[in-house]
Amino acid sequence: MPPTEQALAHDALPAALQISNLNFYYGATKSLKNINLSIKDKKVTAFIGPSGCGKSTLLRTLNRMYDLYPGQRAEGKIEYKGKNILDADQDINMLRAKIGMVFQKPTPFPMSIYDNIAFGVRLYENLSKGEMNERVEWALNKAALWGEVKDKLNKSGLSLSGGQQQRLCIARGVAVKPDVLLLDEPTSALDPISTAKIEELINELKDDYTIAIVTHNMQQAARCSDYTAYMYLGELVEAGVTDQVFMNPVKKETQDYITGRFG
Amino acid sequence: MASTNPNSISSTARVMDKSINNGVYQRRLLTHRIGITLSFLAMTIGIFFLLWILLTLFMKGFNAFNIGMLTESTPPPGATGGGLLNAIVGSLLMVGVATLICTPIGILAGIYLAEYGDENWFAQLTRFVTDVMLSAPSIVIGLFVYAIFVANMNHFSGWAGSIAISLIAIPVIVRTTDNMLQLVPGSLREAAFALGAPRWKVAILVRLRAVKAGVITGVLLAVARISGETAPLLFTALNNQFFNADMNKPMANLPVVIYQFAMSPYENWRALAWGGALLVTLSVLGLNILSRTLFSQKIQG
Amino acid sequence: MNSSPTMTPDSINELNVEEVAKSAATKAHSDSTPPAMRSHKLGDFIFHKVTFVFALSVLLVLLGIIASLLKGAWPALHEFGPKFISTVEWDPVNDQYGALIAIFGTLTTSLIALVIAFPVSFGIALFLTEICPAWLKRPLGTAVELLAGVPSIIYGMWGLFIFAPFFADHVQPLLAGSLGNVPGIGKLFQGPMIGIGILAAGIILAIMIIPFIASVMRDVFEVVPSILKESAYGLGCTKWEVVRKIVLPYTKIGVVGGVMLGLGRALGETMAITFVIGNANRISWSLFSAGNSIASTLANEFGEADTPLHVSSLFALGLILFVITLIVLSAAKLMLLGLQKNEGKK
Repeated sequence: MPPTEQALAHDALPAALQISNLNFYYGATKSLKNINLSIKDKKVTAFIGPSGCGKSTLLRTLNRMYDLYPGQRAEGKIEYKGKNILDADQDINMLRAKIGMVFQKPTPFPMSIYDNIAFGVRLYENLSKGEMNERVEWALNKAALWGEVKDKLNKSGLSLSGGQQQRLCIARGVAVKPDVLLLDEPTSALDPISTAKIEELINELKDDYTIAIVTHNMQQAARCSDYTAYMYLGELVEAGVTDQVFMNPVKKETQDYITGRFG
Repeated sequence: MASTNPNSISSTARVMDKSINNGVYQRRLLTHRIGITLSFLAMTIGIFFLLWILLTLFMKGFNAFNIGMLTESTPPPGATGGGLLNAIVGSLLMVGVATLICTPIGILAGIYLAEYGDENWFAQLTRFVTDVMLSAPSIVIGLFVYAIFVANMNHFSGWAGSIAISLIAIPVIVRTTDNMLQLVPGSLREAAFALGAPRWKVAILVRLRAVKAGVITGVLLAVARISGETAPLLFTALNNQFFNADMNKPMANLPVVIYQFAMSPYENWRALAWGGALLVTLSVLGLNILSRTLFSQKIQG
Repeated sequence: MNSSPTMTPDSINELNVEEVAKSAATKAHSDSTPPAMRSHKLGDFIFHKVTFVFALSVLLVLLGIIASLLKGAWPALHEFGPKFISTVEWDPVNDQYGALIAIFGTLTTSLIALVIAFPVSFGIALFLTEICPAWLKRPLGTAVELLAGVPSIIYGMWGLFIFAPFFADHVQPLLAGSLGNVPGIGKLFQGPMIGIGILAAGIILAIMIIPFIASVMRDVFEVVPSILKESAYGLGCTKWEVVRKIVLPYTKIGVVGGVMLGLGRALGETMAITFVIGNANRISWSLFSAGNSIASTLANEFGEADTPLHVSSLFALGLILFVITLIVLSAAKLMLLGLQKNEGKK
């Protein structure tokens, strides 16, 4: 199928992360096979696919989270700001300060709400008390949480509800002003109302951040994302503009998954 | 309600009855009942001895409780009355110093094992050795400290006693810190790493903090354990008949005083021994209960 | 399967320009390492080294103990040679020492303690995990753990003042009357009925290690997956059969490991035994007679040993005890590790 004009225009958009020939191994098992993908700047890219297809694995290569576990390794190239982040000389802590992550289960640190947000900021910036207060308020506003917690910033992060905790984690990730936000099934542990709030949030956040979101909920992908990548068994089957992938997929496998014929 | 209809339930039941060998089943039931009774008996034996020991201890110990026990020092042989003041102070001092020594060492070593334990053989070896040292004979620890400190310095001292009991406490704290840290869910650590935090900040500001209560419990349990230890103090702090707060000299302490007084022929000495024994047991039980209630650890997620 | 969106020559040029600009910026960025990064690296380095040193100190203590024991024991070992272990003689007056009396005392009291403690601990652990009603589990379990924390000197005192008289007046005559007349083992149960001695020490030791072994066994039993037990119940097994056929085989190694841990504790125990073992430097066939264990010999004599050979022989005893316990505890630990590995694989 020849590329359409719309597709060409999309190709021209800058990429925040450019993935080329990415292979990933858990020990001897190859779980990502030759992934090539462009994650567009200031857009939302969703990863969908059945359980075990490798979408979380792929997300975790983008901030080298797998480095924590001996026996897991990645080969290939992921280009970010002109450098291959898979190189051995890449400073991983700096990378993670620029590419943030929110996890499936809300993980507030065992400290106050204020300190949760300030934790990441204090790692790399030297702000005065006033500046820190501003940053905390700004981050909580971005996560649509400020109104609910502004009077209890000193209470433990664990005292919030599940949905609030997840928004706290998003605020925490946003506070350090990264370029990219990786969201690994951010709403799968939440109730529908919190989920809706967070999806709204994603829509607002994409003005300032590149977002990559893994989700097993296809409707969510269809609602929230600009681009969608469908993965199966460690391979990238199809990637493209969300509307096109969902309504006019190129590959039969994609169509089968989306229409529920399997997975 | 007998019925001649072969399809009725009761006749089916009768057919089933015939295929169950009642004899075998009864025998199985009997074995089961005997086994359960024996187990019940074992539990009763355990509780029986627990109650017997604790009751005797409380009765004989309370008998010796009086104001003099807390205000006077140990009486010389033959004299009447007397108390345990020097022993109580000595024990408090030595356990206090030992806690100051063993807590940082134990926690930091435990952190090392939890952080780097899966990566290299040295950490695995240390874990193994720690677990073995947990149950090592405490009198041998006393011998070791004697050989290193007392023999070289030529006198017994409270410091040597403190060191000896801290050597017993360290493996306990290392083990509990290591176990507690390993209970922290990986996702919490990853969330901290995801912000770009360096390893040491993740370990201390997030991981250790998440199990603060559990680690404190470990310290309390270690302190409880060393409060009652006698053998390591026998050749290190020795004992002191008089009140002495100078750690450089032999120090009176409750366990050794109990040991010496209990085996003596003097009535008041034996009474004091029971009183001291009750004091020690109460503090040990108190520390145990404190750690279970005030510092019970809830694991996040 | 290459699936990236295709690019036209125009878009490639555009991207190239952007790329060059970006890489220039990044180069400038990474040339000056921000101070935060440097302090992080330093922090990690110090953290690793400091915690490593403290972990190393634990190992060093173990080595130090072995070294100092060897050094202290050397004169005696040199003087008496390997016969030291088998000599039945402990004579401070004539400066002749042999370890067998003490070793015998240590081993027999520990053996008696294990023989008594194993079935009782097993029964308690079983009760706590399988039979106990839910509302009773926590209080009883806590009671067992509290018992395990009672200092051993309490057991010693209780043993001497409460148990020994009772033992002498009621139990020992019974034993002598019944088992004492059985040919073969009769010799074990005859002798002076003074309440203290090897048997009494063994019983006190048993009472002391029961809570400890029971706790370890309970932890081991609790690990059995309930699905496994439920499948057995589903077939109509009685509770006892589930224990015998499912729980026990599954936890075999752990149970043995727990028993060996208890043995390790028993071997090194001082205060519980010293009060009731009688402190007599002799060996006899009768379990009623007084004897000595390594730990009680050390406790009694080290303070007053005058000749260097006496002191050195005591060190030698300590060395022997330490080596024995080290072996038993290491074997126990290896078994328990093996059990953990099995669980990991399953």
